[in-house]
Amino acid sequence: MEDISHLKHTPLHALHLSLGARMVPFAGYSMPVQYPDGVMKEHLHTRTAAGLFDVSHMGQVIVRPKSGKIEDAALALEKLVPVDVLGLAEGRQRYAIFTNTEGGILDDLMIANRGDHFFLVVNAACKDADFEHLKKGLADTCEVTMLDDRALIALQGPHAEAVLGELWADVSAMRFMDVAEADLHDVTCIISRSGYTGEDGFEISIPSVSATDVTQRLLEHPDVKPIGLGARDSLRLEAGLCLYGNDIDTTTTPVEGAIEWAMQKSRRAGGAREGGFPGADRILGQFAEGASRRRVGLKPEGRAPVRGGANLFADTEGKTLVGKVTSGGFGPTVDGPVAMGYVDATHTDNGTTVYAEVRGKYLPVVVAALPFVKQTYKR
Amino acid sequence: MLKFTDEHEWLKVEAGVATVGITEHAAGQLGDLVFVELPETGSTFAKGDTAATVESVKAASDVYCPLDGEIVEVNQAIVDDPSLVNSDPQGAAWFFKLKLADPNAADALLDEAAYKELVA
Repeated sequence: MEDISHLKHTPLHALHLSLGARMVPFAGYSMPVQYPDGVMKEHLHTRTAAGLFDVSHMGQVIVRPKSGKIEDAALALEKLVPVDVLGLAEGRQRYAIFTNTEGGILDDLMIANRGDHFFLVVNAACKDADFEHLKKGLADTCEVTMLDDRALIALQGPHAEAVLGELWADVSAMRFMDVAEADLHDVTCIISRSGYTGEDGFEISIPSVSATDVTQRLLEHPDVKPIGLGARDSLRLEAGLCLYGNDIDTTTTPVEGAIEWAMQKSRRAGGAREGGFPGADRILGQFAEGASRRRVGLKPEGRAPVRGGANLFADTEGKTLVGKVTSGGFGPTVDGPVAMGYVDATHTDNGTTVYAEVRGKYLPVVVAALPFVKQTYKR
Repeated sequence: MLKFTDEHEWLKVEAGVATVGITEHAAGQLGDLVFVELPETGSTFAKGDTAATVESVKAASDVYCPLDGEIVEVNQAIVDDPSLVNSDPQGAAWFFKLKLADPNAADALLDEAAYKELVA
């Protein structure tokens, strides 16, 4: 047996055990990979009703300007991320990435403008490194604080708004990527209308001491079921969303990773605050000239799932390597295998057939538009 | 004669031919299966070779050949409907029939009581 005694627990650990979760090690935490319903049912329930996820392992970080002026914190953050932070209005959230000097991606994150500070949510596996990176990069201008006394849950799916609306009437006023403070059962929470499933939904930051209480009350709703990491992965894959460490990492740039949309005009060539982030030369160069490879959606033609790590070839004999799958599995809503990965620039057009090496066979896989399911964000 | 392996396969041996599948315990651990790949009829395997592959939403898992032998029949029904392996793993969802190289080799495998103890 693997030694799991060193694993950290989230504030909801006991609740997971009481719900019959199968726990696995993930990013240094003991996390629920599935509940008794299993990955398939959990996935489909999230797409048709509402799923509740514990994502407390992720890092929650406060960035507060020493001057008291939020613009100072925004400009300081813009030195680390190639996105428009200055233009992010109060009560709004934006997807961002930390880049390195080679234009690679150190992590992806969410940045919310909370009026007098920024609230960041970063990946569990990167949070310690991100915290050091932020402290080093912002030392002159900002106080950087990792919140270790808060849980984070996600409520996702078409019924999420109605469920949350029973506790907080104003929820329907929120749009996709809005962030607001609200009292749920007299507990002050930070709520964003966002998620990692492609569905409408919310992420809710809760003080740890009240996390089990708030979560249990949400689970009492007949439309809500707990969802594990297994379905979280299949949901985000169908939604075409990157998993840091698989689909983007320090060896991939935002252009190669096909997340140029995360870089607003103000940070691109000719923009008001062009460049000024790590790796700007390489990234802006790729914007102008294109990259030699690109992340694309991949739809296997047969029923066999094609998993991350599978090599992609231009031919059926495995002679000409043209790419690699970075995430792949079975999409329960698609009812078939789905994948994404990197292919050479000559093979990025939708409809291009490449061949994935799976157990010594070369299976046809078609380059396809992402996402595989329609996103239902409330814009 | 019903036998088991510690890799969670079951074998029903009749006249030197073993019908092989995965146990209820294994099917439960794997979760909902979405894909099954079976060996070709006529192919031969040594004990411990990967003879079949099953895939859940999350992951692919190997099914090992429990003894040396030749595949004489495979169960197309579980290829057409992998969920059968979850609903009836030790019945209708058998994987393949293996003509044993040594008809007595199965004697050394686990009996039902020993297997139940293993997964208890």
